[in-house]
Amino acid sequence: MGDKTDVWQGTLALMVLRTLETLGPLHGYGLARRIEQTSGDLLQLNYGTLYPALLKLEQEGFIHSRWGTSENNRRAKFYELTKAGHRQLKKAAAEWEQATAILSRFLTPAEEA
Amino acid sequence: MRNLRALALRLSGLFRPRRADADFAAELESHVALHTDDGIRAGLTPQEARRQALIRLGGAEQTRQAYRERSRLPFLETLGQDVAYCFRVLRKNPSFALITLTTLALGIGANTALFSIVNSVLLNPLPYPRPAELVAVHESKANFEQGSISYPNFRDWQRDNNTLAALAISHQRRFTLTGTGAAERVPGDYVSSDFFPILGIKPVLGRLFAPGEDEIGRSPLVLISAGFWARKFASKPDVVGKTLTLDGRDFTIVGVLPGDFDLSVGNFIHGDIYVPIGQWQQPALNNRFAGLGLHGIARLKPGVTIAQAQADMNGVSDRLAVAFPQADHGIRAKLVSLRQSVVGDVQPLLLVLLGAVGFVLLIACVNVANLQLVRSSERAQEFAVRSALGAGRMRIVRQMLTESTMLALAGGALGLMLASWGTRAVLKLVPVALPRASHIHLSVPVLCFTFVVSLAVGILFGLLPAWKVSRQNLQNTLKEAGRGVRGTRHRTQDLLVVFEMAMALVLLAGAGLMIRSMIALSNVDPGFDPHGITTFSLAAPPSMTTASPDAVRAYYREVDRRIMQVPGVEGISLMNGSLPMTGSDDERLFWLENEARPTNKNDMHWALDYTVEPDYLRMMRIPLQRGRFFTEADNQHAPTVVLIDEVFAQKYFSNQDPIGKHINLDGYNQQATVIGVAGHVIQWGLDNDASFPLHAQIYLPFLQMSDGDMSFQDGLGTDVVIRSRSDSVSTMSDMQRVLRQMNQEQVVYSAETMNQLIADSLAARRFSLILLGLFAGLALLLATVGIYGVISYLVSQRTQEIGIRMALGADRVHVLRWVLKAGGRLALIGVGAGLAAALALTQVMASSSMLYGVRAYDPWTLIAVTTLLVTVALAACYIPARRAMHIDPIQAFRTE
Repeated sequence: MGDKTDVWQGTLALMVLRTLETLGPLHGYGLARRIEQTSGDLLQLNYGTLYPALLKLEQEGFIHSRWGTSENNRRAKFYELTKAGHRQLKKAAAEWEQATAILSRFLTPAEEA
Repeated sequence: MRNLRALALRLSGLFRPRRADADFAAELESHVALHTDDGIRAGLTPQEARRQALIRLGGAEQTRQAYRERSRLPFLETLGQDVAYCFRVLRKNPSFALITLTTLALGIGANTALFSIVNSVLLNPLPYPRPAELVAVHESKANFEQGSISYPNFRDWQRDNNTLAALAISHQRRFTLTGTGAAERVPGDYVSSDFFPILGIKPVLGRLFAPGEDEIGRSPLVLISAGFWARKFASKPDVVGKTLTLDGRDFTIVGVLPGDFDLSVGNFIHGDIYVPIGQWQQPALNNRFAGLGLHGIARLKPGVTIAQAQADMNGVSDRLAVAFPQADHGIRAKLVSLRQSVVGDVQPLLLVLLGAVGFVLLIACVNVANLQLVRSSERAQEFAVRSALGAGRMRIVRQMLTESTMLALAGGALGLMLASWGTRAVLKLVPVALPRASHIHLSVPVLCFTFVVSLAVGILFGLLPAWKVSRQNLQNTLKEAGRGVRGTRHRTQDLLVVFEMAMALVLLAGAGLMIRSMIALSNVDPGFDPHGITTFSLAAPPSMTTASPDAVRAYYREVDRRIMQVPGVEGISLMNGSLPMTGSDDERLFWLENEARPTNKNDMHWALDYTVEPDYLRMMRIPLQRGRFFTEADNQHAPTVVLIDEVFAQKYFSNQDPIGKHINLDGYNQQATVIGVAGHVIQWGLDNDASFPLHAQIYLPFLQMSDGDMSFQDGLGTDVVIRSRSDSVSTMSDMQRVLRQMNQEQVVYSAETMNQLIADSLAARRFSLILLGLFAGLALLLATVGIYGVISYLVSQRTQEIGIRMALGADRVHVLRWVLKAGGRLALIGVGAGLAAALALTQVMASSSMLYGVRAYDPWTLIAVTTLLVTVALAACYIPARRAMHIDPIQAFRTE
């Protein structure tokens, strides 16, 4: 894997939900930075792609947004997890873990043989 | 659920795009500001920090576009744009829009109107529960595949079968109603108890007849129609239990039937009065042999097929034939699906018309496609510019599709209006020939049908031009500077015109054959002179029910005398038995002088029975071929005499002189002497007489009727035929007055002129003739518009070429001939293809007996319609040809 990589849609949504769960309400810029940091700067987001993903999550009712003020007194739109969002996160995370577990069985060399 | 919610939000996003855009712009701005702040904190200059922030955000416009697409439904947005654009374009070219809309409205309108009729008549003719289980029941016997059932047979069939859930019979009858104002004759039926339950009819008030109440000797009850209830009792609920005086007897009203009950099948016609069959005071009712005009309906047990039920009933009939060899030998129950019985002959006729109207719709579509094609080549430049500016191929195809679909939908809406008007107009043409005419209206399925048709048409004729445009070479088009693409486009148009011409020819051929049939029918000699003949029925006063034969004879003499006093009346005959063209027939059974009396009635000979008065033959102007006709002296005291027709004479006395021969008449005590031979009269109908097996006719003197027939016990009605000088309306009102003067409770009813009866018998034929003619005219008109459009387009595209030719010395006649030749070629190819198709399709008409006296490939008809079509097509080409002829070469070059 290259040191910086593009993020694809489905996982981006999961990352957004997880980040919001951990950190509480965040604005778009903060969210983007946080995702980069959490990935150990392996992921480099094109920040613009984040916003359609946020809109989609909001339309689906997993997050909701309101205008607020940032720590350095800038007006910013804050995103927050809804109840449905919490549930969705649990579900998606479980699915993801299962998928990676299955995949890793294929990718790690078989020990028994 | 989540997706639905998102969709709803995106849909609502369509309606407030500005606010969402502004909100997102603010969010992006705040994002950049926050990022810039971070940059400055990290030591960058404000400008550099902002630049970095913008770079990391990615293309702002792409981001905004991606966001916009997510927040709304881009598909719907472009659709909106297309629709708006389409309106602008059509407004700029109103004649195109007008022609297209009219063409489509006519095609779709005619289709919907006819489909409405087909829907109610053919697809849904029986508005009763589980209609597939319903069957009509008849008695098949010699000469009559669907003859009437005798009452004892009905009772045995009812009891012995294993496959019918219920079996009922009915007999159509009029009753004289007295005691409620002026005496009147009310139409009705005798029915057995199961009749209405079989159809699933529930009374709106009171009850139906209970089982057993229909048997002979039970108390007199009556059910009335909702219309009669409203007319006579103002729909008051206390009507149940009241009495009606019918034919002088009191009947107790037990219930009221629903207003929408309007079954008419075979011999059952819905009326105002329904009386249990057992109340019929017909002495022969319990005679197993008597054919009294009783016909049945039945409901099959669930899961039983008609074939199984028929097999079961055959077994029942065969056992009865063994038990009652005298009456039931050769007699079987005959089951026919009720739908078949109701729809009957109308089915092929409607299907042919539906095919014809489908052709009209096809022609309309082709026309519109052609118009679109012409227009799209004119607009090739516009589309080329649009693609050069970046419009995708799909985008242009969609634009064209939107346009044609919109036109189609508008055409469909107009067509629907046309259809609702047209359906009513068509129904006015012929109320009698169609079963369930009162049920025909534009229904929801028909609406859906129109909608689907108009959409399909839109897609059909939108796709072709759109496909062409999407394939055209951009650069060539731009280079040609608006002259459009030549070659293949013309070929498509030519093909479409050829197709139109061919279909118009098929329709014209069909209509032409119908016209020829009608002419042939109007030349058919019915064997008598129908002009001036009126038939009506006279109901004797109810008090005559118990009169002796002598009193009845005296009554008839008085009626004769009174009628002859009516001004304008030239002749009169009371009638019993058959009456030509009226659909009423009766048969006389006989055996010849040298034959032994057959043990079984079904083995006797049959002839149509006309029991008439001495004036009948002269009055009807039926030629007397030999011998003499009846006189007043041939009465009950004189030896029995009969007159036979030429068919009878040929069949039973082939080479001998029938005069003076004797025959034995069933029901008469003495042999009858043949005293004359008359010409044959068409009994069954002008166009279908040959399809009936029975043609031999026998005339008996009215005064020599047996005493049993000289009685009003089983009914008060007598048929009367008169010949009158003046018009029948005033004669009939005088008749009414004179006969009422004779007795207040005596009613004249069902008056009809013989000309009207003959016209009615051809009503279905005239109906299809008018419709087919209308459709053919429409097809001719549309095809003319089509060929005109193509040729004018050709001329306008070739203006320059024509100019060059003329400059090089071609004369005007030459140009005219050149254009006409182009049009004529198309017309002729179309006619050729059309003739081939017509030969195949008119066979369908021939096989469904729509044609009379003309073959499906009648050369004269085909020559006539071909000439008509080619002439009209050339006339349509002549207009653009003249324009081409008058092209000024100088002008043609200057416009280049």
